[in-house]
Amino acid sequence: MATDVSTLHHAPAKQRRGWLEWITTVDHKKIGIMYAVTAFLFFVIGGLEALLIRLQLGTPQNTLLTPEAYNQVFTMHGTTMVFMAIMPVNAGFMNYFVPLMIGAGDMAYPRMNAMSYWLLLFGGIVMYSSFVFGGGAPDAGWFAYAPLTSTTYSVTRGMDYWVLGLQLLGVSSLAGSVNIIVTIIRLRAPGMRFNRMPLFVWMSFVTSFLLIFALPSITVGITLLFFDRNFGTNFFLPAAGGDPLLWQHLFWFFGHPEVYIMILPAFGVVSEMLPVFSRKPIFGYEFVAYSGVAIGVLGFTVWAHHMFATNLGVIADTFFAAASMLISVPTGVKIFNWLATLWRGELRFKTPMLFSLGFIAMFVIGGISGVSLAAAPFDLQVTDSYFVVAHFHYVLFGGAVFALFGASYYWFPKITGKMMSERIGKWHFWILMLGFNLTFFPQHMLGLQGMPRRVWTYQQNQGWDFYNLLSTIGAFCIALGTLVFIVNFIISLRKGAPAGNDPWDAATLEWATTSPPPAHNFDVEYIVHSRRPLWDNKYSGEGRGMTINYDFHPHLPPPSFAPIIFSFGLFVLAYGMLNLASAPLIGIPLILVALAIAFVGMNRWVGEIAQDPVL
Amino acid sequence: MAQAVVRDIDKNDPGRGLDLRKLGMWTFLGSEVFFFGALVVTHLSMRGVVAPSSSKANYDVAAVRNLFGDNVLTSILAFILLTSSLTMVLALDGVKTNNQKRFRFWLGATIACGLVFLGGQVYEFYHIVHEGVTIKNMMFGSTFFFVTGFHGTHVAVGVVWLTSLLVSAIRHPERYNAGNYMAVELGGLYWHFVDLVWVLIFTVIYLI
Repeated sequence: MATDVSTLHHAPAKQRRGWLEWITTVDHKKIGIMYAVTAFLFFVIGGLEALLIRLQLGTPQNTLLTPEAYNQVFTMHGTTMVFMAIMPVNAGFMNYFVPLMIGAGDMAYPRMNAMSYWLLLFGGIVMYSSFVFGGGAPDAGWFAYAPLTSTTYSVTRGMDYWVLGLQLLGVSSLAGSVNIIVTIIRLRAPGMRFNRMPLFVWMSFVTSFLLIFALPSITVGITLLFFDRNFGTNFFLPAAGGDPLLWQHLFWFFGHPEVYIMILPAFGVVSEMLPVFSRKPIFGYEFVAYSGVAIGVLGFTVWAHHMFATNLGVIADTFFAAASMLISVPTGVKIFNWLATLWRGELRFKTPMLFSLGFIAMFVIGGISGVSLAAAPFDLQVTDSYFVVAHFHYVLFGGAVFALFGASYYWFPKITGKMMSERIGKWHFWILMLGFNLTFFPQHMLGLQGMPRRVWTYQQNQGWDFYNLLSTIGAFCIALGTLVFIVNFIISLRKGAPAGNDPWDAATLEWATTSPPPAHNFDVEYIVHSRRPLWDNKYSGEGRGMTINYDFHPHLPPPSFAPIIFSFGLFVLAYGMLNLASAPLIGIPLILVALAIAFVGMNRWVGEIAQDPVL
Repeated sequence: MAQAVVRDIDKNDPGRGLDLRKLGMWTFLGSEVFFFGALVVTHLSMRGVVAPSSSKANYDVAAVRNLFGDNVLTSILAFILLTSSLTMVLALDGVKTNNQKRFRFWLGATIACGLVFLGGQVYEFYHIVHEGVTIKNMMFGSTFFFVTGFHGTHVAVGVVWLTSLLVSAIRHPERYNAGNYMAVELGGLYWHFVDLVWVLIFTVIYLI
């Protein structure tokens, strides 16, 4: 049932202009940009929340925030950074670059791709609207431990908004992951075998599988929570026979793979940048690729290392401790491969390279504290202390965020056609590096000295005052660094030097097209013969890396209103569900309206598929 | 020449030949396996819990299980749902052999089986609530309604899906033929999955 593309090719796609162009777009590049910009806005919001946390903790017995406000701020900081900043930035880069790197014209399902983006935006709006409509934001932590989430301890509607926001974000991620998986399996350019794919594509592939298998667990968990809070069930309420540990299992079965969901794409971009700026192929390609797969598989066997303090028993603790330590093997394999890539390379210390090197150093520190936490006896000493906060900020900020900033510098020329300023970029890197270590290194000491996490203030003269002050100063340093990035971004966007197709002399297919690429990505079809098509064509001889098929007719689906209409239906549905138990007279009509809107969107969608069979 | 090279490469790269939509459907169903896995695990770990503080704690699981009788109703429903997998296969066979009449008849039969199953489930829910087991007052009720309710929702989505397929098949018969049956096959994949999950749920909730 192959569709004859040549007949479809003649129908010119209707183009829309201005903001409608963005609302209706199904172009993976525009969607990728919207993902990244939205995620960066949430990153700034989450960062402001972090500054509030640090201001409150900067001095002992501070009363800047009330305990209630503090709970809301740290809950929203974690939730925002995980679900609305790092994950969608990853999704944005995957959207933009996976099709380009495998030589495809678009994602497998362009309309579903647009839906994924709109659900991210709407999910974030639902969650943040709790400040206005919910009587307060979610306040039980991003991990939402029962029974803190019960109506007894979390009296505002905040956690209900949290649940429904996460449901929308979950649908968004699930659809996005299915899209990436199918795109990679099905739309690779001829000759782009799996063992020739760029490592960023490999890591996107693994990450997407992690998402489709991990998300259902939290979906069930938050739905049970919603029933507990709204429909009188007692799944997580011990007084009525419920089990708070059930929540922890469901949450961490998702939550631990989630850690790899955030970090694996970062591994991927670093594996792209290091070879380019070392002027050498990656060392041990197969090991870097398959160790990513190993991390993904093992990632599902370690969730209970978050639960050592819940008395699971010696056998379970031993198993989960051993499995967690086992993960350091494939991770270590990657680190050594990166170092070996640098070895005797012609290193070029451009900004993306600095961030890659910073990433390796910071991630190793976070990795080492991680291995120590995998040892159950040590974990019992420092669990719920600032040591853990220091650890996961080293892997998620020192790891993922550093790599993603590096990726921004690396790919900005491709996306905009202009170079980012190297001078400001280096300032950005060094300020961020200083601020990051100033913020989080002292937290190791605080944790070892017994300062518990999630507390809104502390008594003075316990030996915690100085380190907390340092940490707060560091946080403002990070804010300054981020500001420098924003300035660089705006200046470079307006008057950056022209980039040309391939400013870094890189090896992968995204650099074979113009910067920015045309709507259909490539004018010709590349037939790939090696892992480094551009380098091999340039340095080993024309035709060694790739050859060209000129008999090629790119086909793109026209812009569509269907994805945003359908997503808006689900957005209204969230508010309907919020009111279903408390105010059914509002909730039920809202749900009916929502279903009607979703039906209109779906109907349009199905009609468009009939015209043009790309979902 | 380049075209010949591409054809040659595709022969050795089965991934590039797969149907785009079918691949997406299988990936989604992979995720659904984990969704129902989490539901069933929740049921298994919680169903025996007797609430310490609840005044209605005097229900034990065995007493509640008696409400199902000898599972006569549920067994009949299970038989009907599983039969609907057969009718779905016949519907797909109809469209693949360009037999519009057969296609529509068996698709209609599948929808009817789904509706009978849903009706039976509503009756069963009504019966059990009438006997005093609700989603609120005991853990067995909570997990029972939660798990079977989510399965029922999936069946309902399937019924809506297949119904819209049938409507479309009647309005645009030219879109469904031996060369173009993927829409039917996709609906069928989902439908078979929902049937298969019922085998698991029926075993876990009603039989053991």
